[in-house]
Amino acid sequence: MNARSGDVWAFAEQEDGVLADISLELLGKGRKLADTLGVKLCAVLMGSGVEGLAQPLFEAGADVVHVVDDPALKTYRGLAYRIALVKAIEKESPQIVLFGATHMGRDLAPAVASALRCGLTADCTDLRIGDYEDKKTKEVFRNVLHQIRPAFGGNIIATIVNARNWPQMATVREGVMKALEKSPGRKGEIVRHEAGLDGVDIPVEVVEILRRHSSVNLKGARVIVCGGAGVGSKENFALLHELAAALGGAVGGSRAAVDLGYCEHERQIGQTGVTVRPALMISCGVSGAVQHLAGMQDSQKIIAINTDKDAPIFKVAHYGIVGDLNVVIPKLVKAIRKGS
Amino acid sequence: MAYTCVVCVKQVPDTAKVTGKAMKEDGTINRAALPAIFNPEDMNALEAALSVKERFGGKVIAVTMGLPAAAAVLREALFRGADEAYLVTDRRAAGSDTLATSYILSKAVAKFSPDFVFCGRQAIDGDTAQTGPQIAEKLGFPAVTYLEKLDVEGGKVVATRDIGTGVETDRVALPALFTVTEKFGELRPADVRLVMKYKNFEPKALSCDDIGCEEGRCGFAGSPTSVNKIESVVLAGKGFKEIPADDEGIAALVKELRDERTIG
Repeated sequence: MNARSGDVWAFAEQEDGVLADISLELLGKGRKLADTLGVKLCAVLMGSGVEGLAQPLFEAGADVVHVVDDPALKTYRGLAYRIALVKAIEKESPQIVLFGATHMGRDLAPAVASALRCGLTADCTDLRIGDYEDKKTKEVFRNVLHQIRPAFGGNIIATIVNARNWPQMATVREGVMKALEKSPGRKGEIVRHEAGLDGVDIPVEVVEILRRHSSVNLKGARVIVCGGAGVGSKENFALLHELAAALGGAVGGSRAAVDLGYCEHERQIGQTGVTVRPALMISCGVSGAVQHLAGMQDSQKIIAINTDKDAPIFKVAHYGIVGDLNVVIPKLVKAIRKGS
Repeated sequence: MAYTCVVCVKQVPDTAKVTGKAMKEDGTINRAALPAIFNPEDMNALEAALSVKERFGGKVIAVTMGLPAAAAVLREALFRGADEAYLVTDRRAAGSDTLATSYILSKAVAKFSPDFVFCGRQAIDGDTAQTGPQIAEKLGFPAVTYLEKLDVEGGKVVATRDIGTGVETDRVALPALFTVTEKFGELRPADVRLVMKYKNFEPKALSCDDIGCEEGRCGFAGSPTSVNKIESVVLAGKGFKEIPADDEGIAALVKELRDERTIG
């Protein structure tokens, strides 16, 4: 009993006509959920003059793209997007709506959930379809969305369900779900919606947007050299840059390293920074707080360098070097340069 | 122009201090074993409210929802210059998720007909960042999230907010709700005279009935989400290969990584 119907939706985030990576990541996970449930996977695309983005969404796994195209949606404004999205959701009745846990998604999703009076789970790191038994009433709900997220500063992993309220909504952390391999030429259906914003006063005007053009690309790096408090100083981060340069990789930092001013905030890896899973992670002087591990433990190979043999970082490491990074890193650089 | 500013604050367990002792055997958190603190970003929200009062006149009203012990954060707010403080406390509010919490708080906030509502971006126990935007939706106010800076020009707020991919400046008509990040600036220190004045202050307690909450929208009954399972994060340690920190050991490691094509 209590099985659900309706499609799986993913909010396709775009800015200035460029799709965010998370939009494709949501479709990757959404595809599995929709296939398990035997329903369609839909993207919902909002903006002004954005219909051309439907094709890449089909190629990333969407069967249907719901397009809400209106000049009032040109620049993201929470209130306008909320009104238009709630209208589309009420019309189409999806059973699941996913958003990226980006600034935009974390602005929009709560307002949508509040308007629909449905549940919302923030910052999920995994989503699964499964049954759920209400322990008090013994009611069993089939095929509900299990929303898995770290809580309490990363010290616990909670599985949240919202079995009684429609739709089930979640925001999903960036960089955690995998986008599908692109299927060039894959076709789908476009469904157009009215924004419903004519005559609606939106008391917010976006005056100016200054984009940050970051030179740091941790998410795309094959190799990351990550430093923690153990690096000891901002100057000493040069060692990490040298190692990263020898490997063609990028430099990241733990929250401790960022808080100490050793490296920039945009390099932060972990629960409050970026989630990465490079082919190789070389962790230097990072003790390994759970919040940090949550953002890097799925790296394919992890080398940990730390003077403290009991540091938690070694629990996720494939290779451990107990020693002083000031000695070990130059040796690594030398060995890498020698063979190349 | 004098503004009424309401700031929503929360007392939270200090999740940075979670140790083995703070975890119960069933994997849940033993909240009693953790120090209760003023949620860090709510301090930035309080600072935002106090700075509006200081520059443009008006008053600051602090509101919290929680157990009677949460009065501690209200006293802290009064020590910094808040004018009034209210505690929403009710057994019927127990078990509220963000939807029910935002409903109850929106009812409390609405009583004061505010121009500005300030919340911290998120609380460190849940990290959801949902309650602020949901209070705004229920009040019919625009929500300006991730606020870093604000000014008032010609009766409108000029707000600078972090949008992740950059920084945005908005012009917003009041009333409006703002969720404030640590970039806004640190909370001013307590004023000694105010500490003397309010050290024994007990806030007015408001029940769900006092603020006109509908039955069924508070607490467990008003919360669509439920926790199905909690697991504590246990690092089993999959066992790693120890590499000697000498030239030979490291050269062998580099060779191994090359042979398996992890590095070029």
